[in-house]
Amino acid sequence: MSKIYKTDVLETVALNDVSFEIKKGEFVAIMGPSGSGKSTLMHILGALDKPTKGTYILDGENVEKLSDDELADIRNRKIGFVFQAYNLLPRTTTVKNVMLPMSYAGVPVKEREERAVKFLKMVGLGDRLHHTSNQLSGGQQQRVAIARSLVMNPALLLADEPTGNIATAQAEEIMAIFQELNDEGHTIVMITHEPDIAEHAKRIIHIRDGKIAEDGNGHKQRVIKRKKDGTI
Amino acid sequence: MELFEQIQESLGMLTLNKTRTGLAILGIVIGIGSVIALLSLGQATQQQIQAQIQGLGANLVTVQPGAVNQGGVRGAIGGNTSLTLDDATAISGSGEITAIQNVSPEVQRRAQVTTGKSNTNTQIVGVTPVYAEVHNIAIDSGSFISERDVEAVNKVAVVGPQVVSDLFGDNADPIGQTIRIGSQTLTIIGVTQSKGGSGFFNQDDIIFVPLSTAQKQLFGIDYLTSIALEAKSSNLMTDAQNQVGYFLLARHKISDPSLADFTITSQQDIINTVSATTGTFTALLSGIAAISLLVGGIGIMNIMLVTVTERTREIGLRKALGAKKRTITTQFLIESIILTFIGGVAGVVLGISISFVLSKLLSTPFALSLGSMLLASAVSIGIGVLFGWYPARRASNLQPIEALRYE
Repeated sequence: MSKIYKTDVLETVALNDVSFEIKKGEFVAIMGPSGSGKSTLMHILGALDKPTKGTYILDGENVEKLSDDELADIRNRKIGFVFQAYNLLPRTTTVKNVMLPMSYAGVPVKEREERAVKFLKMVGLGDRLHHTSNQLSGGQQQRVAIARSLVMNPALLLADEPTGNIATAQAEEIMAIFQELNDEGHTIVMITHEPDIAEHAKRIIHIRDGKIAEDGNGHKQRVIKRKKDGTI
Repeated sequence: MELFEQIQESLGMLTLNKTRTGLAILGIVIGIGSVIALLSLGQATQQQIQAQIQGLGANLVTVQPGAVNQGGVRGAIGGNTSLTLDDATAISGSGEITAIQNVSPEVQRRAQVTTGKSNTNTQIVGVTPVYAEVHNIAIDSGSFISERDVEAVNKVAVVGPQVVSDLFGDNADPIGQTIRIGSQTLTIIGVTQSKGGSGFFNQDDIIFVPLSTAQKQLFGIDYLTSIALEAKSSNLMTDAQNQVGYFLLARHKISDPSLADFTITSQQDIINTVSATTGTFTALLSGIAAISLLVGGIGIMNIMLVTVTERTREIGLRKALGAKKRTITTQFLIESIILTFIGGVAGVVLGISISFVLSKLLSTPFALSLGSMLLASAVSIGIGVLFGWYPARRASNLQPIEALRYE
């Protein structure tokens, strides 16, 4: 698929005939320098944007024909987002933050809370349920965001520079959680420009100038495990 | 997302920036408050004037001479001599006129009144005893004009409290004292109770004398300046007007009603005219107040636009997590409706307080209209929808990528 941005005077080819497939249960890192088109790729994978040419099939559904509201529904049910800047609602408790996607899906209130608490415990924040986001460290906020991305049981977990704003030790924790999730069968696509973070994935796709420069499993996955108490 | 949840969430969002929320609400409070205050003030004034007119007598129909067309010149009402005591007697004696229960022939003129020390210019009314009943006159001390006074052309007078204080000073007892009107000396036999009112409706600055005395001794005339008729009930006002009208046309041998040499006005006509006038003023003032409400609405729109811009990233996140356009629109609409609704309720309270204080200061009756309160609440919600619509649409049309990137 391709993505071309047009202004009055300029035509920018952000993605140029990129074609690949990600299978269920994969853990893929997409790498590339800034301006390589990896953000554009992530937007399309996240159903936040549509390709100019070509098709994107997500979990059996062809995305490019859908309306804005149908895309919103796809994002809600099939994609879990983890952003570099966490993007939690300010001055809102962690539980409420994690409940947000379920409120858009019409999940009953009681079930929302149960599911939110379950996933917050999973990411090791069982004791921070009623803290507001500004009372948490960057790593903790990102773990809330991971809990939020999981509550709808999405087909694809999409992480955009998930460790970009986080200190190294906490970043390792985040990556340990991702590996656990992948072991449980979650499909994860992670965008990063840090090679040591990318190494936690099983497959790395390199993007350069809107094209795939390298796609392979030719590296040794760096595996880290969390201890019972959640630390590394 | 259910409506109740959205309202809860919107309330949460509005409490985040209390100063701004408060200021935005203030515009609506002032707008709704001034509309309510002016509406109820206008209503109170109207009620007061109506009460004063009704104080002149209940179910009153008045016949006045004049309004005859002579060579295209329409004579002034009352400036004519076409009504006589015989007309009044005939009306009360007629079997055709069924809607009337009392007929009061009257002569009115202003005149200079003097005592030994002081003098005043006041309204002199020549009356028969029935006047007191027709015009709700109550006697404070002494007695009213009697049938005998009228028959004997007695030189007696009943004075209003204003006249007493003008001529004899406050709290004086004028009974038995004499006053001079022109060359005649009259003895005061009674004082009426105060009716209040002012200006045109002042019923206290008045002197009653027997009709015969007024006509023969004071003014030297044989006609009446008006005949006041009391209808049997308020439903019969129109009947009374018609019956008396046709009766007098026949009696004066006038075939074309447009050439009638008299005019009949019912009290309701006067009330309607005055109500229309005060109504116009109320509408004008409320219109001006409504402009401040409009400005308040624009203030809400401004605040909502700022909020949308400030929360661009949040909107982007919500859309990324699956919020549909409608959800975002509803959320921002609810926020602006909450703002204007709270403003509306506070405005109603403010408006009522202002009109209460004003009614105390101006000693007008305090009128509280449920209708205007409900209307104000509905209008404030309407303003929320109207001025919240554009910002809400703008929020819902944000593209999630752009919104997430927004710094």
